[in-house]
Formats: sequence, structure tokens, C-alpha cells
Amino acid sequence: MAKNDLQGTLDLLVLKSLSQLRSMHGYGIVLHIERVSDALLHVEEGSLYPALHRMEQNGWVRSEWALTETKHRAKFYALTPAGKKQLAVAERGFEQVVKGVQAILRLA
Amino acid sequence: MSLLRRILAFGKRSQVDKEIEDELRAHVAMRTEDNVAAGMSPDSAARDARLRFGNPTVVRERVEGADLALGIASMGRDLRYAIRGYFKSPGFTAVAIITLALGIGANTAIFQLLDAVRLRSLPVENPQELAEVRIVGGNRGFGINDGMYAQLTRPIWEEIQRHHEPFSRVFAWRNNDRLLGQLTDPHRIHGFDVSGDFFAVLGIHPWQGRLILPEDEASACAAPRAVVSYPFWQAQMGGRGLGTTLMIDGTPAEVIGVTPPGFFGMAVGESFDVAFPLCEPNPTRREVFDVSVMGRLKPGWTTERASAYFGALSAGIFDATAPTGYSADAIKHFKEYRLGVYPASGGVSSLREAYDTSLWLLLAITGLVLLIACANLANLMLARATTRQREMAMRMALGASRNCLLRQLLMESGLLAVAGAVLGVAIAQVFSRILVWSLSTRDGSVHLSIGADWRVLLFAAAAAGLTCVVFGTLPAIRATNTDPITALKPGARGLTASRERFSVQRSMVVTQISVSLVLLVGALLFVRSFRNLMTLNPGMRERGITVGFFGFPLSNVEQKQRAEFKRQLLEDVKSVPGVQNAATTTNVPLNGSSWTHGIHVGGSEGSSKFTWVSPGYFDTMDIPLLTGRNLSETDTEDSPRVAVVNQTFIRQFLGQTNPIGQLVRTLPEPQYPSSVYEIVGTIPDTKYSDLRGETPPMVFAPASQFPVTAQQKWAAMMIDSGNAQPATVAIKRAFAEKHPQVVLQFFDFQEGIRDNLVRDWLMAILSGFFGVLATVLVMVGLYGVLSYLVTLRRNEIGIRIALGARRGQVIGLVMRDAATMLLAGVIIGTVLALVAGRGASSMLFGLKPYDPATLTFAVALLAVIAALASFLPARRAARLDPMVALRNE
Repeated sequence: MAKNDLQGTLDLLVLKSLSQLRSMHGYGIVLHIERVSDALLHVEEGSLYPALHRMEQNGWVRSEWALTETKHRAKFYALTPAGKKQLAVAERGFEQVVKGVQAILRLA
Repeated sequence: MSLLRRILAFGKRSQVDKEIEDELRAHVAMRTEDNVAAGMSPDSAARDARLRFGNPTVVRERVEGADLALGIASMGRDLRYAIRGYFKSPGFTAVAIITLALGIGANTAIFQLLDAVRLRSLPVENPQELAEVRIVGGNRGFGINDGMYAQLTRPIWEEIQRHHEPFSRVFAWRNNDRLLGQLTDPHRIHGFDVSGDFFAVLGIHPWQGRLILPEDEASACAAPRAVVSYPFWQAQMGGRGLGTTLMIDGTPAEVIGVTPPGFFGMAVGESFDVAFPLCEPNPTRREVFDVSVMGRLKPGWTTERASAYFGALSAGIFDATAPTGYSADAIKHFKEYRLGVYPASGGVSSLREAYDTSLWLLLAITGLVLLIACANLANLMLARATTRQREMAMRMALGASRNCLLRQLLMESGLLAVAGAVLGVAIAQVFSRILVWSLSTRDGSVHLSIGADWRVLLFAAAAAGLTCVVFGTLPAIRATNTDPITALKPGARGLTASRERFSVQRSMVVTQISVSLVLLVGALLFVRSFRNLMTLNPGMRERGITVGFFGFPLSNVEQKQRAEFKRQLLEDVKSVPGVQNAATTTNVPLNGSSWTHGIHVGGSEGSSKFTWVSPGYFDTMDIPLLTGRNLSETDTEDSPRVAVVNQTFIRQFLGQTNPIGQLVRTLPEPQYPSSVYEIVGTIPDTKYSDLRGETPPMVFAPASQFPVTAQQKWAAMMIDSGNAQPATVAIKRAFAEKHPQVVLQFFDFQEGIRDNLVRDWLMAILSGFFGVLATVLVMVGLYGVLSYLVTLRRNEIGIRIALGARRGQVIGLVMRDAATMLLAGVIIGTVLALVAGRGASSMLFGLKPYDPATLTFAVALLAVIAALASFLPARRAARLDPMVALRNE
């Protein structure tokens, strides 16, 4: 069974965003997700950070402090090779969840 | 790296908290700015940002939580948890740590010896530059070899000094034992003769006074100056007395300095007492090989290049240094020698040559024992893991990740390994010293500086790490591989636990059995080999024979009178009460020494061992005469030369011809002109220089007909004194009155032979000990695993009994299980033992490594052990009350 929980989905969104942005801080990731999803998805901003730190501990992302364009000191995250692998796994898992949910919706 | 940052920030929680705080604040600040840019008032912009972000305290705590899950802080917590767990089960902990400590300790001890004997460099400046010049393949018995490490003659040493292009500097040295003190009561010391440059080239600085310099060579023979070793200085001179004189071989020698404490000479395992400048004998003996020559290679020179250099010069060098007085053939061989250069950073060592194979074998043996011990521990850990399954499941259910639990379990086994290693290194210090002490014999105590250097510590750490992986990983993986739902169900033991789970324990027991079979076979081989040596009949008497050396270096007996004087000494010894018989000999048998001459017999040429003895020799040594006559008092310097030969001599040179009356002509050597002996008698084969060697062709001739040794100022006697101790005391007393100028030394013949078997004794004892240990460990392991399996199968067995299974059937059920494991282990073990036996074959005496009797016995022994170990659990299973067993469900 595919892992089907909110946390997994948030991980997927963050990993995917980082794979597109290369290196970004938390706020940038929030903006990215909103923009790309045409404001369909709203990330609860605070809950992004525990996820980022957990992924860092798992070795999926690494971080460093740098200055933003607006001269704020912020922590920038980037994918590691292990993170890229995890992204592929998460994508596959999510596809299965979607298929499963669609199948149920069709029946209903 | 975040982990690194964590470690750096360990104990500085505020620093980490501040980072999190900064990160979150930056987020809110950026959102606020964007809101303002979008047209909000600053107040509402900030409020909107905070609303979107959520409760900052809650977020911060959650971030901290995520960080801590894998951080250092939790490692400390794991450690505390592990220690607490071990304190809760002290029995298990003690068994585990002691097992590991003994295993790692034994391995480390053997490795320490290997390190000291084999791996370590000499304690001199840049030892890696040192190289020795030797004849490629040795001199193959040519001339006279004086000293264990002597490789070259003095003329060759002089030639090398003239052509030392590859070396920045060269030096020569030799071990040369001396007599210290008044000659009436001398004390044997290890002398060490060195060329003037020796200490300077090695970079040894004086501890006190000064060391030997080139200018000391001038007075080397007449009035030598002496440099004492630090241990000698402390023990014999009380750490004082520089400038005083020592009586050495009856000559006063001035003590000019002390070498530093770490310096023991060039031979690892030996330690010199007093060093002297090398005395150049006059006239030079060109056939005596008595020095070892070394040098420091210049930068850019390798031993290969230096070997090529000396190889090219060899023809000239050996041409210039050829001795005279040999047959043309012998000289031709001499001139064909080649010089080669060999690395000498580790110095020289007879100990290394003798014990190299033994030590590697012992390391392998102790390694295998450690492996068996690890398997036992792994089983213990597995059992422990099973009992902790619910705990693990609970922790998983509460959100611990599998990695987290794995780390916790590995931390626990790592803790055991570290504790075992620390204790093991301490045990190794004692154990290795006991080993060194047991290597020492009557005439050579072993001096090794044994310490836990970085190599030893690295070894112990590696051993600990490896054991930790072996015994810790599998149980950890098993334990974390549980499905919390199943494990948390009450009575989760189930009817029968999955078979696959136990196959690991079974295969571990099989491994233990096979490895212990290898160790048992090895132990039996070494014990039997040692027994063969001990019970070997050397063809002569061993018991009750005392070997006596009688020297009279200072007496003024005329050269012509010396033979007569020695006859007198022999008579005086014989007349001492308690002495039954005595005879002189030029070569003490089974003592490692050898005396060879080239010979012509009939049509063939070859070489034979020669021993010159007084007429009573064969009687004293209980060697029967087979044909012909014995040597007698009537064989004198003026009568025709006669000889008694052994059977190998006859087989090799005479075949079916009747040996009596045949003539043996020796080939000429300096001081030993060619002479002709008539064979007058034959004796059976006896061992010659050691027990292991094949009997060589041997010739015994009357000492009276051999002027060279007859005139020397010493005599060796084999004394049949029934009960050794009182006779030597009586001889000493008698000689103190009659011949006060004669120096006496005695040792027991049989003890001397046994001393040469120290290595075999050690291998027998140690391999035997480890073999027994391995068997005990296997017994414990098998017992443990079977008991455990029986406990787990309790329900099944209970049902079987309830359904009518008889006791015998239940016992059979368990024993069959054990028998299967035994069979598999024995098959694998036999293959391993046969392969491993090859490594030991060179050390065995009188039996082959693939000895069917030994193998059978070892297998039978293991079978008995296995039966014993499995019977108790089997009986317990049979006595199971089905009602109790099933009620537990």
C-alpha cells in the first residue's frame, strides 16, 4: 500500500519544488507551491519547517545560510542525491494514491 | 553538514535554538514585506504574515523535535538507555563483556607478540634506511660459521668497506658471549662486538659517558673498552661505576658509557649486556664467517639496485677474499657466491624465524575462538531481542523510526564491544608477558619490549568493531523487523514461531561446530606432534646425562700436554663418587650444533658429520656397537686413524659393501689437512643435532687422534651421573680443590633437549587450551540455542504430548535437531580442517595434517559434547506438562 498521509504529500511537494528551484528558503518554497498550483494549494506555512528539518536529518536536503534578493539572511535548502531518489519514490507512491482514490470515486 | 553542526553545537542549545528562531523570523519578515509591497498597511501586513504562519512557539517546538530525532542529544540518550538496560541484567552483561574481553585479549596478546617480533622496526634513527649485505642463499655450510647471525668473513667486510657506494655508511657487528668476573667463578654475559662506526651510523646517543668510536678499534683486542647496556648497568653495576673496569674473559675492560634504555642490539628478542669494539684477529681467518654487515642506503638507492651493484662486484670480492687450504672444488664454489642487499629495518631475529608461522597460526586460532564466542553472544543477543520484541513494537507504535531503533540496538552492542576491548587490551598485557616468559629457556631468556603501541590499539579496535558487527547487527535487524501489531498481541509467541527465524541461530551453531572442529583437530595434531617428539627415541640415552664444559683459558698447560691434561680431567670426573661413566666429545648431540667435513669414500664423494670422542662415549650414551670394534685407549696419535660410522653413512656411501676396513678420506680445510680413517666399527642411526632432522651420515673418531681440538683449552663431557644434581655438586667440590683454574659449566642433557622443544610445547599447550575453550563455548552455545528452541516450541511439544507422544519421541525430536546441526557442522569443519592443516604441516612431527585418527577422534569428541549439550533441553522438553504448557496460551 502506498504511504498515504498529509506528511507524505507535503514531503513530495517540497522535494518537487526544490528539484525545480535548485536552492530555496522556506518562504520561497511556499510561494513556489502557490504559484505553480495556481493558488489551488495552500501550504500551512509553519508546518513547512519541521518537515524541512526532518528531511535534512534524513539526508534528503542540505541547507546553508545565505542572503536573499531582498537582503534577508535566510536558510536555503537544496536536494541531495538521496533526496532525488526519495522524490522519485514519493512521486510513484502519490500516483498510486491518486489512482486508488479515482477508482473509488468512479464506483461511488 | 547538519550532524557536524549539531556536534559542534552540542551543549549549546541556545545557539541551535537561535538558528531556528532566525529562520522562522526571516520567513515572517519576508511575507510581511511582500504584503506591504502588495499594498497592505504595515500593521495588517504583519498580522496577515503571523496568521498565515501559525503559532510560532508551536512551530518552533516541532522544528526542534524534528532536529532532535537524529541528533547528538538523542545519541547521549541512547547511551544512557543502553547502560541502564545493562544494569538491569547484570548477568548477561558480565557474561558478554568477559567473553569479549577474553576473546579480544587473547587475539591482542598474540598480535602484540607478532608486532614486537615481526612488525616493529629497530629503535634507531630512520630504521627503514637500514639494509644488510649477505651472500645470496647463504654460504651453504662452507668454512666455519661462528654465530647465529654471522653472514660474512672479515676480509669480505673489508672489501665492502672499500666499495660501499650504495650506502652512506656501513658497520659490522657480531654477538659474542663472554665470561664476566674472576675465571674461577665466571658469569656468562651476552657480548656484542661492533665496528667503530656502529653507534654513529645507527644514531644511538649515549645515556651516560660515550659510546664506541672508530678510535677504539685500535685497542679492541688487547685492552677493550666496554659500553654497557642500560639493563646491565642497572642490574649489575647499580647504575654507577662509569670509568671502572670489568673483568671480561680474564682481561680488564674499561666501562666508558651506557646505551639508552630502549636499545637492545640488533637481534629482536635478545638483549646484549656489554658491547666491545670489534677485534680483528691476527692472523685473519679467511674461512670464518663471524660478522654481520649492514649500512644505511643513500637516498635514491633501493635494495634491488644495491643488490645489482654488489652482484656485479661479487666476482672480484670473492676472488680477493678466497681462503686457502681447501680443495679446488670448494674454492670454486666460494668464488661463485653473490652478494645481495636485504632490508634490515627490523634487525635480525632467530625468534622471528622460529615463531613466525606459530604466531600467525596462533592468531588464526584465537581469531576463530573469538568468532565462536561472537556466535554465542549473537545468540544471546537474539534471545534478548526476542524478549524485547514487545518493547520494540511499543516504541515503533509510538513513532520511533526503524533507523532510530537500529541505532539504539547497535549502540548497545557497541557499548559491549568497547567495554570488552578495553578489558581485553588489559588482559593482553598480562597474557603476552606470560607468553614471552614461557619462551625463555635455560640459556636464552627472551627480551621483548611489549607494549600497546598504535598498531596494537588499532588491532584491538578493529577486533572490537568486527565482533560488534558480527554479534550485534543481525539481532538488531531482527529485532526491528517486527510488525508492531502482531508483536503486541497478547501471547504473541504463536503456535510455532516461523522456521526462518531460527535458521539463523541454527546456522550459527553449525558455524560454531565446524570452526571448533578445526580448532580441535589442530589442537590434537599439535599435542600429538609434541608427544611424538617427547617420546621419540633418539637412539641414545637422554636421562641421567649431564653435559659438562671444562675450560681452562688461563692455565699454563703446554700445548703438547693438553690432550693428556684432558684425559686427566676425564679420569678425575670419572673418579667422583656418583659418576658412573663419562666421555669427552667435540659435539654435544641434539644441541643444534653441527660439524661437517667433505669426504671421499670408495668411489663416491660427499659430506659427513664428524665427532671426536673418548673411548667410553658409546657406553656412556648407551649406543650399542653393531659390528666391528669400539674405539679404544690403544688408538693414539701415533696409531693408524680409525672411525666408527652409522647406518646412514653405510647406506649412503657403501651400499652392500662390508664397511669394516673401508677407508674414509676427508677433504682438506685450513687447520684440518686431508686425512684417512679406517672404518673399524658400526653403530645404529642416532639423531644428530635435533630431534626433527633426518639422521645424517655420521663418523665417530678417537679424540686422541685429532690434534686440533685435543690442543684446545676446553673439553665437553657427557657424564652419566644417574642423579644429576648431587654429582655436579661433587664434581665442583672435587675440582675446586684439584683444578681451581678450570671453569666448570653444567646442564642436564635431557633438559637441554626439551628446551629445544619450547615452540612445540607452546603450540601444544596453547592450541590445546583454545581447542578446549572452543569446545566449551560450542557446548554452551548448543545448549543455549536448543533450550531456547524448546521454550519457543513449548506449545507444539505440549500438544504432541497431549496427543500421546512418548518421552523418547520428544527427546528424539530435540536430539534429532541437534544431530542435524552436528552433521552439517562436522562436514563443513572437516573440509575446513583439511584446508587449514596445510598451514600447520611444516610444524608437525611424525604425522600428516590429514590424520584420519585425529579427525575421527575430534568428531567423536564433538558428538559426545553435542549429545551432552542437547540432552538436558531434550529431557526438559520431555518432562513438559501439557496442561501447564497449553494453559499459558
